[in-house]
Amino acid sequence: MRRFGVTGRGLVVVLPYMWLLLFFVVPFVIVLKISFSDIDLAIPPYKPLLEWVGKNSLAIKVNFNNYAFLFTDRLYINAFLNSIKVAFISTVLCILVGYPMAYGIARAKPATRNVLLLLVILPFWTSLLLRVYAWIGLLKANGVINNLLLWLGVIHEPLNMLYTPFAMYVGIVYSYLPFFILPLYANLEKMDWQLLEAAEDLGCRPWQAFYKITLPLSRNGVLAGSMLVFIPAVGEFVIPALLGGPNALMIGRVLWDEFFSNRAWPVASAVAILLLILLVPFMMWYQSVQARETAGAR
Amino acid sequence: MTTTGGAAVKAEPWKDPAAKPYVQVDRITKSFGDFKAVDDVSLKIYKGEIFCLLGASGCGKTTLLRMLGGFETPSAGKIFIDGEDMTGVPPYERPVNMMFQSYALFPHMNVEQNVAFGLKQDRVPKLEIQERVATMLDLVKLGDFAKRKPHQLSGGQRQRVALARSLVKRPKLLLLDEPLGALDKKLREHTQFELISLQDKLGVTFVVVTHDQEEAMTLASRIGVMNHGEIVQAGTPSEIYEFPSSKFVADFIGSVNMFEGKLIEDEPEHVRIGSAELGGTIYVSHGISAPPEAIVWAAVRPEKIFMSTAPPAGTENMARGAVQDIAYLGDLSIYLVKLPTGKVVRVTQPNTSRHAEAITWDQQVYLSWDATSPVVVTR
Repeated sequence: MRRFGVTGRGLVVVLPYMWLLLFFVVPFVIVLKISFSDIDLAIPPYKPLLEWVGKNSLAIKVNFNNYAFLFTDRLYINAFLNSIKVAFISTVLCILVGYPMAYGIARAKPATRNVLLLLVILPFWTSLLLRVYAWIGLLKANGVINNLLLWLGVIHEPLNMLYTPFAMYVGIVYSYLPFFILPLYANLEKMDWQLLEAAEDLGCRPWQAFYKITLPLSRNGVLAGSMLVFIPAVGEFVIPALLGGPNALMIGRVLWDEFFSNRAWPVASAVAILLLILLVPFMMWYQSVQARETAGAR
Repeated sequence: MTTTGGAAVKAEPWKDPAAKPYVQVDRITKSFGDFKAVDDVSLKIYKGEIFCLLGASGCGKTTLLRMLGGFETPSAGKIFIDGEDMTGVPPYERPVNMMFQSYALFPHMNVEQNVAFGLKQDRVPKLEIQERVATMLDLVKLGDFAKRKPHQLSGGQRQRVALARSLVKRPKLLLLDEPLGALDKKLREHTQFELISLQDKLGVTFVVVTHDQEEAMTLASRIGVMNHGEIVQAGTPSEIYEFPSSKFVADFIGSVNMFEGKLIEDEPEHVRIGSAELGGTIYVSHGISAPPEAIVWAAVRPEKIFMSTAPPAGTENMARGAVQDIAYLGDLSIYLVKLPTGKVVRVTQPNTSRHAEAITWDQQVYLSWDATSPVVVTR
């Protein structure tokens, strides 16, 4: 190996970077390139950026129209805003549902804790698509939930749940909950529970101790989990499409339509790039939270 | 032997039957499943005392402390603090504060905020909080560290923050769980005396849990030695050291030479024990209560044994042996002397002179002690 100037250590570092270059940077550059090109009725359906004009001159044609177009049509702005709204509400719901779960797991006995953690991870053993389809079966008019409620006599006619925002939120929260629970659990698990006893000793009721000690100390876990829900939820496509019905206007859906239905690759690419730019601050925030969390552990 | 340890209590209220105990533990039992962590313990602790619960790990001392703090509920029995029944009173309503073994400082608050926490919780006016926190930090010599976070402090400083935080609320009773456990030897000794002077100044009653007998001896006005969930003996440090009531206590506190023997003469003011282990008889100038011919143990502390090259006068309380090992500790030396019976006796001698006639390895020596020195224990 030495002979070729590559050490084992170097290889270990190089391999993941090669992976990132090949499957992340290169596709990104391609998408970026397409977002600046003109649409064309060809295969692929866009014009090249570089063109030979005359014998010895190469012209670069950068087209900003695709981006400009996104701001002229309210559809795109609304889709962006709606995606952020849906992602935000989903994140809040995940916090409300996931915090007690993570807390319960962290405070359970070690044996129980492993079982509970397994239950959190278990859904990953089946494909997301199958699980979302399962929700259709649960939520539809003659589905499991409606039938059960009818049989119990709680309702007299089926509830209209499928293809509503409700179904969409159920699907998103259900799918992303583990991503919220796991980082928060990792944070809570490190906590010294004696701090709560110390707080009670100094005059706190249990809920005050939670509010003044547990909550501030788990802040980084909550932030990390929230980012892991919020960032992918903004671009979520499958769940709103399957459960949310036709009115669920999300940016992922718009992107899909532009790309596959309209074959407007340049516009679709511009949407993708804008989405990325929108999410970069959140990703950077997540990174800094993670860095703080690791530093705090020491 | 009525001297107390370093504690502020000079009056010895535990000897006065009319004195009202400040903390009364009344037949407390705590079981975890089949295991009895604390087994039918009764205790009376008086105002201004430093009471040490001393025992090996797992003896139930921390469980007992946690019940005083309200963190564990007794399975049976009652605790009274200042005459009030503490049954069902949660930690946040007890006139008690605790200093945790891990210190349990809030990592997201600085020193000042940690100390102020309890006062804020009680809605003490802001100005008063500032004043009391500042006074407290000065008292524990941390005035310059008020804005530091716990992770920026040394072990000794953290210990002092924890102490300040638990004292600033002026509790009637302060519980300390292995307060000096995490400190190195020098710092520990220094802090022991600081604790005593602080306690003296503030007049708080301390209950200290420790596994370190030296710490207990220095701090305590009285020590309760615990074993298997029971208090096997409670008394002043010197009582515990000089008059242990059982083999366990004699052995646990300091080092001791234990000679097994049979009671051959049992008079009200003296006893004689024939010990095969010693290869002679032991004469003790105090009476005991045991049936004749009972198997008893005579406990003799290493520092109470005289060692000489010339034979001592008399035929009792003496033995002859060969020096097997010597450990030089600077201020004193430990000699292990092997008797012809095979028993190894531990003797300590202060190094009072720099050029003492040196007793050396394999030398034949005589061991002897006064009739007042041994303590006879029957169990």
